[in-house]
Amino acid sequence: MTPGDTATVVLAGAVVGFDTVSFPQAMLSRPIVASTLGGAIAGSASLGLLCGAILECFALETLPVGASRYPEWGSASVVGGALFADAPNGAVGALVMSVIVGLSGAWLGGWSMVRLRTMNAQRARRNHEAVARGDPRVIEGLQFSGLLADLLRGAALTAVLLALSLPLRDLAARAWSPSMADTRLTVAITAVAVAANAVWKHFSNVPNARVMMLMALVAGAALYFFT
Amino acid sequence: MTTATPPLPLRTHVAMFVRLLAIQGSWNYETLIGTGTGFCVEPALRLLPGGPDGEAYRAALARQSQYFNAHPYMAAVAVGALARAELDGEAPKQIERYRRALCSPLGSLGDRLVWAAWLPFCSLVALGLFGLGAGPLLVVGGFLVLYNIGHFWLVIWGLRVGWREGLRVAPSLGTPILRHGPQVIGRAGAVLGMLALPLIFDRIAGSGPSGALRLAFGMLVAAVAAVVFVRLQGRLAGWKAGLIALTLVALYSTLRS
Repeated sequence: MTPGDTATVVLAGAVVGFDTVSFPQAMLSRPIVASTLGGAIAGSASLGLLCGAILECFALETLPVGASRYPEWGSASVVGGALFADAPNGAVGALVMSVIVGLSGAWLGGWSMVRLRTMNAQRARRNHEAVARGDPRVIEGLQFSGLLADLLRGAALTAVLLALSLPLRDLAARAWSPSMADTRLTVAITAVAVAANAVWKHFSNVPNARVMMLMALVAGAALYFFT
Repeated sequence: MTTATPPLPLRTHVAMFVRLLAIQGSWNYETLIGTGTGFCVEPALRLLPGGPDGEAYRAALARQSQYFNAHPYMAAVAVGALARAELDGEAPKQIERYRRALCSPLGSLGDRLVWAAWLPFCSLVALGLFGLGAGPLLVVGGFLVLYNIGHFWLVIWGLRVGWREGLRVAPSLGTPILRHGPQVIGRAGAVLGMLALPLIFDRIAGSGPSGALRLAFGMLVAAVAAVVFVRLQGRLAGWKAGLIALTLVALYSTLRS
C-alpha cells in the first residue's frame, strides 16, 4: 500500500466511523459498504466486497440501539477490506486475518465510542449552566466538538488498526498452511452460522416464522443445488 | 393551541432536516440526545418574537436542550412538534411534559421499525445480491439506495407531521407503516434470510463443480453451529464466538507450518 493509499484508507475510516452514529447514519459504516470501499482504495473492490460480506454476516447480529454498547463496524471494515485487497495474489491467510482484524477492530471501535460518549458527558456537565441559560454558542459548540471528536476517533482508530494489522497480515500470508478451499470453507461455516442465528434472533417472533423460515431454507438450498 | 399549520420557511425546514442527520453528534450518557435536539430545533426558534437575541428564544432553546431520548430518525417527529409548540406559544410546563412523554414511544417505535427490521432486512437484501453473484457496485449501491429511501423518508415524514400536528402528534404515530411495518418487514426478512443463506455460503466458500459434496457438508456444519448459537442466545454473542474460532484457526494454521 502506498503512503497515498494509506492516507486515503485513514480518511475513509474516519468518514465511515463518523457515519456510524454522528452524521448522517446513512449506513456507509455497514461492513458490506465500508470494506468494499477499503478494497476499492487498495485496488480491488471485489476482494473488499468478499471480506465485507463475511463481516456483514457477523454484523447482522448486532443492532446499534442508543445507549447499548455495540461494535463500531465502519472503520474496522475499511481496514479489513483494504488489507485483503492489498494482499499478494493467492495469500490465503490474508482473508482470515482481514476478517479477524475487522471483528476485533469493531470491538475496539465500540470501546472507543463508549470513551467518546463519556467525554461528551463531561463536556456537557462542565457547560450545564450555559445550556440552562439557552446560550446558542455553547449548545452549538457542544454539538460541533462532539462531531469533530468522533471524526478524529474514526481516523485514529483506522490508523492504529492499519499499523498493527499489516505485519500480522503479512505473517499470516507467509506462514499459512491450509489450502484456499479449506480456509474459505471454514470462514463460510463460521460467518453463515452467525448470520443464521441473527436472522432467527431478529425475525423469529413474527407469526408462523418457523414454518416460513424452514420453507425458505429448503427453497434456498434447492435453488443452490439445482441451478 | 394548535390551529391551521403556519408555513415554515424553506430555509428553516432544510436547516432542521440537515441538523437532524447530526442529532447524535454530542450523544452522551447524561443528556443523551438532549443537546442534539436543541441544536435541531434552534433554526425554528429564531422565528420567535425578538429573534435570536430575545428572551423567548433563549428560554425555549434552554428547554429543548435538556435530557431527551428517542430513536434518531423518529426524533424528527419530536423536533417538528416541539418547534411548532414553541412558536405557537404553548405553556412551558406543557411543552416540558409533552417532551418527556415523547421519549418512550419514539424510542421503541424507531428501534422496532428501523434497527430490528429495516436495517437487517436491507442488509439481507445486500447479502442476497452478493450470493447471487452481483458485483460491488450493485451490492453496495442497491443497499445504500434501499436503506436510505426508508431513512430519509422517515426523517422527512417525521419533521413534516411533527410540525403539522404540534402537541397533537400522538395519533399520527398510529399510522399503519409504524404499527404493522415491523411485522411485514420481519416476515419478508425471515423468508429472504433463509432463502439467501445457501447462496451466501456458496459465494464465500467459493464452490467449484467438484466441491458440491464438500459444500453440502459445510452447510450442514454451519446449520448445526447456528442451532448451537440460537440455543445460547443471550449468553454468547455469535460474532464474538466467531472471532474466537477464527483466531484459533489462524493460530493453528500459521504455527503448524
